[in-house]
Amino acid sequence: MGNMIKVGMADLKVCTAPNALTTLGLGSCVGVCLYDSATKVAGMLHVMLPDSTQISRESNRAKFADTGIDDMIEQMKALGASVARMTAKIAGGAQMFAFNASVGDLMRIGDRNVQAVKDKLKTLGISIIAEDTGLNYGRTIEFSAENGELLVKSVGKENKVF
Amino acid sequence: MKLENINEMQFDVLKEIGNIGAGNATTALAKLINSKLDMKVPKVQMVGFQDLATVMGSEEHIMVAVLVTLSDDVEGMMMFLMDVKSAKYLISQMLKSMGMEMPIDENAEFSEMELSVVSELGNIISGSYLAALSSLLQLVINISVPYVSVDMAGAILSVPAIEFGKVGDQVLLIETKFGDDEISGYFILIPEEESYEKIMKALGM
Repeated sequence: MGNMIKVGMADLKVCTAPNALTTLGLGSCVGVCLYDSATKVAGMLHVMLPDSTQISRESNRAKFADTGIDDMIEQMKALGASVARMTAKIAGGAQMFAFNASVGDLMRIGDRNVQAVKDKLKTLGISIIAEDTGLNYGRTIEFSAENGELLVKSVGKENKVF
Repeated sequence: MKLENINEMQFDVLKEIGNIGAGNATTALAKLINSKLDMKVPKVQMVGFQDLATVMGSEEHIMVAVLVTLSDDVEGMMMFLMDVKSAKYLISQMLKSMGMEMPIDENAEFSEMELSVVSELGNIISGSYLAALSSLLQLVINISVPYVSVDMAGAILSVPAIEFGKVGDQVLLIETKFGDDEISGYFILIPEEESYEKIMKALGM
C-alpha cells in the first residue's frame, strides 16, 4: 500500500503508483483528477474558482481551473506523464444551499466551476471519462495512481467508484 | 482594501463587532429556548480558508449550517454553523419551550420538522447578530430567507471560502460557545469588498 496524499482547498498534488491522492469534503469546489495509465502518474487539483483572469492580484494559481490545470500538467510531465495519454475524472461542483433565483451568480458557482474545468480540458484535448458533479451534497474523493480509480464518498450515501 | 491588510486597531474593532453581535444573538437564543444561556467571550480570528474546516474539527465533520444573504448597505452573506449535537439540543429545547416534547435522536438524520426548526433558529440568531451590527454602524442590512445545509464541514465551508477566495485567502471567523459547552456555534460574516470598506468607514476608520 502506498501513501494517501492530502490535497487541500485551492491546492494541487501529483504522485506515482502505488500512492493515492485525496481531498476531503468537496462542496462547490471541483476535484480534477488526471491520469496517465502508461506511467501511472496521477494528479489532483481542488479548484475553487473558474477563471484567474477575472480576479486581480492573484498569487495562488491552484485556486483556479485554468491556471491550476496548467500547473498540474507541468508537474505530471516532470514525473514522466504525457498529455496525449492523459484522461480526466472530475467530481464536486455541488450547490450546497438551495438558493432562490434572486441570489444570482452565487448559486451557480458549482456549475460554473464544472463548466470552466470542462472547457479547459477540452482545449487541451483531454477527455473526461467519468464525472460525478452537481446536486446538493458534499463529496470526499480518493484517486489511485495504481489503477486510476476514483472513489467518491458522501454523507448518508453508498460509496461510488469511477 | 484587503482583509489581510487590516491593522491591529481595525482588527480590534471587528472583534468588538463580533462580541456585540454574538452577545445579541445569544440573548435572542436564550429567550427562544426559554432558559438562561451563558456566553463565553467569543474567539475572533483570521483563518486561512484552507484551515477553516480544521478549526471546526475536520473537513469531514458533519455540521449544520444556516446561511443568509445580505443586501442594501452591506452586501454579502452570513453563516451560522454548529455541530449536530448542538443543533439537536437546541431543537429539543425550542420544541420544549413551545410545549412539544419530542425524543431527539442524535444519530438520526434530520427530519423535515427539525430542519425547519433549525432554519428558524438560524434566522433568529443571524437576524439579531445583524441587527446589532446594523444599529452600531447605522447601516441598513437586509437579510434573505434562511438556507440550511447539513453536510461535511469542508463542503459547507466551500461556499464562504469561495466568496472570500475572490479577494484573498483569509476568513474572519467568530467562534462562540454558549451554556455549559453544550452548544458551540460559529459565525462567519462575509461582506463583499466594497461593503467591507463601508463598514470601516461607518466606524470612522
